[in-house]
Amino acid sequence: MLKTYTWPHYEYRPAPELGARQPRRVPLAIVGAGPVGLAAAIDAAQRGLPVLMIDEDDTVSVGSRGVCYAKRTLEIFDRLGVGERVVAKGVTWNVGRTFHGEREVFSFNLLPEAGHHRPGMVNLQQYHLEQYLVERAMELSAPGPAESSGPSPMGSATPERGPSRRAASIDLRWQHRLVQVTPGGEGVRLDVETPDGRYAVVADWLIAADGSKSGIRRQMGLDVEGKVFQDRFLIADIVLDSSTGEPFPLERTERRFWFAPRFHAGESALMHRQADNVWRIDFQLGWDADPEAEKNPERVRHRVREALDQQGFGHIGFELEWVSVYTFQCRRMSSFRHGRVLFVGDSAHQVSPFGARGANSGVQDADNLIWKVKAVLEGRAPATLLDSYGVERGAAADENILNSTRSTDFMTPKTRAARVLRDAVLTLAAEVPAGRALVNSGRLSVPTWLTDSPLNTPDVDHFEGWMVPGAPMDDAPVRGPHGEGWLLDAVSEVGAPCAFVLLHFGRPSPAEREAAAALDLALLTLLEAAEPALDAWHDAHGLAARRYDARPGTCYLIRPDQHVAARWRRFDVDAVGAALERATGRVQ
Amino acid sequence: MPLNTEPNFREPGVRHRWAYAPGDAFYQALIGAHQGLSDAQSELLNARLVLLLANHVGDLAVLREAIALARRGVGPGTDETPAA
Repeated sequence: MLKTYTWPHYEYRPAPELGARQPRRVPLAIVGAGPVGLAAAIDAAQRGLPVLMIDEDDTVSVGSRGVCYAKRTLEIFDRLGVGERVVAKGVTWNVGRTFHGEREVFSFNLLPEAGHHRPGMVNLQQYHLEQYLVERAMELSAPGPAESSGPSPMGSATPERGPSRRAASIDLRWQHRLVQVTPGGEGVRLDVETPDGRYAVVADWLIAADGSKSGIRRQMGLDVEGKVFQDRFLIADIVLDSSTGEPFPLERTERRFWFAPRFHAGESALMHRQADNVWRIDFQLGWDADPEAEKNPERVRHRVREALDQQGFGHIGFELEWVSVYTFQCRRMSSFRHGRVLFVGDSAHQVSPFGARGANSGVQDADNLIWKVKAVLEGRAPATLLDSYGVERGAAADENILNSTRSTDFMTPKTRAARVLRDAVLTLAAEVPAGRALVNSGRLSVPTWLTDSPLNTPDVDHFEGWMVPGAPMDDAPVRGPHGEGWLLDAVSEVGAPCAFVLLHFGRPSPAEREAAAALDLALLTLLEAAEPALDAWHDAHGLAARRYDARPGTCYLIRPDQHVAARWRRFDVDAVGAALERATGRVQ
Repeated sequence: MPLNTEPNFREPGVRHRWAYAPGDAFYQALIGAHQGLSDAQSELLNARLVLLLANHVGDLAVLREAIALARRGVGPGTDETPAA
């Protein structure tokens, strides 16, 4: 039992299919109601795609587990309707400080640039996040007219919106355990066990969000290959008691990382603040540590006491909230799509925790996948579009594995030579900028630039900056018909649940308007700040034009997952049409 | 030209979105080169690498500055005689 959290228990309901002679057919089934599966389900429902979702348990994550949610993930959560709750409950931080022994050698700021809605990182225990996602999914589970919550004005105090127009429903089933998966050319049969017996359904598409030990992956005999790191870490979640002794400095929301601190000789340690005055401290234990002995509360308390004392918080009291010892690996499946089965999140790829690239990349998997599944189910794209999911998110997995492996190798050197070089970097870091640049205490989750995606149309016009085809959209402050707001919110507001958006800088001609409509594109016109117009969006501080290197007439073709597909200096209906064909996999 | 102590790793023709990427790539290659070596072999590898890179730099003024900077951070030696 945690002191700061009580687990919800969600109601089991018997399946209506029990005793049915023929398995029911559903367009999309998702197995696993963790953050990634839930994100996929909500996204699908919001895009008008009904979902059958099963989970063998009846509650949320037991431990705090994934605690860092990065800017891009928060932007996706905004679209899913939970962003505001996550940010309000979580602890926002941008600054990370790195120490070698007693000495601070390096610090970073995740978001040195103003003019973004969401911060670099928010810390929140995974159980809170899952609860918010479940509650959002349940809102979408309610039977009745789907037109329950229309778009609210942008920039209002509660921008919990998400494009819930034409939302479909999520059939969320707790204590339903998948016992057998039978993939076939026409669909995937799921045999599901419940407290009341077994039933079967056949899904057009199955999303396997069943975690690192994926039963679906195992049953299908698929490999996941990579590297196991021979190391163990202790997680101690503690609740600080600021009523005893000196008050704990609550403004200290930065991440602190230590190489060889005095309180934990020779190894590394990490301290992070979470919601509800809970702090997480990670201690590197080494491969030979005995996990059971290390979980002994007295032993953990002693370690935590030392860590707090050395930071000058000697008088402050604390209680243990949750303790765990973990090992980790960096590995991925060679392909994330196997016929009609699509693997997302930890089932498809796993990384070391340094860099917060696990849950964050899983949520981006879901974001990449769902609009494609919808397009395929509606016959607007060939099934091969789903191969691009594997290509794009495979590249992301490779990048995440590369970065988290490099961090792990730096933070926990396994040979004498590696340790000598690491320590040399740390001594140089205190002396010259060149040394600081090599200190790797975790390269934190950033979205992947899908620059090699087959869905991109290469530039024909010259552009500066980073909003290249494949880039995740940069945010910027805008002023809309309802007041101050953000570019990313504006894009999701104008975009129909599954539509591509044409972001047009400056006012398009009536003919261009018509041409965009004929291509089924939602049009977002962004005017210069001073241009008078009450009904349009304005680039309030000129930051959008700067970030997108835009001039009047510049237009960007934006995918439903808010990646750039193509861009031009001038709207050309044939070029835009061809780019749209390519971005939906209709031509390659 | 004085010793460059600013971050300087780069790859011609490659645009890195994140400034840390080329330095991390170098470091990974360096650690990788030590894979499977004994301690003595690793020391030899580091020494050979220093010599090759020094030759590439060539400029004695820069090299003397680098040697001095590197030496300062190592602390006093066990020998009584002061470092040359």
